Amino acid sequence: MNTISEAFLLSLQMMVQFDPELMRIVGLSLRVSLTAVLIGSAIGLPFGALLALTRFPGRHGCIVVLNACMGLPPVVVGLVVYLILSRSGPLGALGWLFTPIGMVMAQVVLITPIVAALSHQTVADLWSEYEEQLRSLGLTPLKAIATLLWDGRFSLSTAVFAGFGRAIAEVGAIMIVGGNIAGVTRTMTTAISLETSRGDLALAMALGIVLLTITIGINAAASAFGNAARRRQGA
Amino acid sequence: MSMQMAPLHARPVLLPLQLQDVGYSINGQALVSHITLSFEAGAPTLVLGPNGAGKSLLLRLCHGLIQPTQGQVIWQGTAAQNPQSLRFDQAMVFQKPVLLRRSVLANIEFPLKLRGLDATARRSKAMAVLERVGLAALAERPARVLSGGEQQRLALARAWALEPQILFLDEPSAALDPGATRQVEGIIASIAATGTKIVMTTHDLGQARRLAGDVIFLHRGGVTERTPASEFFNMPRSDAARAFLQGDLLW
Repeated sequence: MNTISEAFLLSLQMMVQFDPELMRIVGLSLRVSLTAVLIGSAIGLPFGALLALTRFPGRHGCIVVLNACMGLPPVVVGLVVYLILSRSGPLGALGWLFTPIGMVMAQVVLITPIVAALSHQTVADLWSEYEEQLRSLGLTPLKAIATLLWDGRFSLSTAVFAGFGRAIAEVGAIMIVGGNIAGVTRTMTTAISLETSRGDLALAMALGIVLLTITIGINAAASAFGNAARRRQGA
Repeated sequence: MSMQMAPLHARPVLLPLQLQDVGYSINGQALVSHITLSFEAGAPTLVLGPNGAGKSLLLRLCHGLIQPTQGQVIWQGTAAQNPQSLRFDQAMVFQKPVLLRRSVLANIEFPLKLRGLDATARRSKAMAVLERVGLAALAERPARVLSGGEQQRLALARAWALEPQILFLDEPSAALDPGATRQVEGIIASIAATGTKIVMTTHDLGQARRLAGDVIFLHRGGVTERTPASEFFNMPRSDAARAFLQGDLLW
């Protein structure tokens, strides 16, 4: 009980004072996760749409694997990316291990299947509504991808948020690939993990509260914005 | 490859459209069969028949949305050699208008962009056609918030902007009130007057009388007759059509 109230006070204090260490940690967390979401969406959205619109042998297997990949364990992804980026690995020469770039890479691997699988379903539903009309207007399924992604933008934002939620909350992958180096690769989740194991539960809890506040705040703002736009479009 | 929107009479023609012994079956069950018809430029052709007769399916087979399982759909005009013309010189408006989640104007500009028109040409063509269907004031409105009648007028305007040589209409006013229906009919008549061949289905016999040049009657997946409109409504040739006009044909 004591720890929790102490943690609340501490978190308030840190947020109000714009504690520079906290700002750096929060900034890095957001930078890494938002970059990963951007890249993951740039790959995942068109890929999901492609799966929804095209028919090819092995497509069903592809979808099964994709759905399974939504639940990839972050530590395993972290380990694999670690091996790829380690000095003897195939991308070792790039020197990305223990850097934010490496962390982004690991999160992209985690997020892309989530965005792709969720957008596949959304685009498939939209395509069943639009298919005849778009084909009648002269579009081929491949050309329809951009149209469907744009027209499904409100529903697809859910897929992107799900990806962001996964990225900002996970600790296993960025811990392994980033190494939790103070001032370089320390994020909110890795810091919480560290402070907990060091026994500074109040600080860990305070960071946790900040993390929750930011996550909820971003999602609330984005969905309010999205809902307003959706209502305007009558979509 | 961009396409000029030349006036209808100056373009290579796609019509006539010939259906030769066309049939479509699913799992061995024939939904339509042995349909041999031809569509030429001229007054609107109305496709009538009870529910489930295959009217919508026939339109989709003609338009190329569905491939027949038997027989052939052949475009006999010289333009048919050009796949671009086959894709772009025909259009269809569906019973429930499918509008993109964009503005009214953007809905019309969308297929024009596909046809290679530049931004200025798209804008002026779209505004001109919106003017003609009475929606110019709503150009910036999101299409999905329009009323049912306005949505169907927009769908017709979008098809009109494409200046198709043939336009398929699948019960375009089935869900509309009498006022909206009259507006839709006015638009259809105007499109027909610009030289576009209209092929449409309807359940509204009054509407069929007002618009039809000739009538194709479908019953249980087959054509029972094709008759000039004046003759059809006074003296249909087939028993099925006679029963239908008297309200006695139930299926």
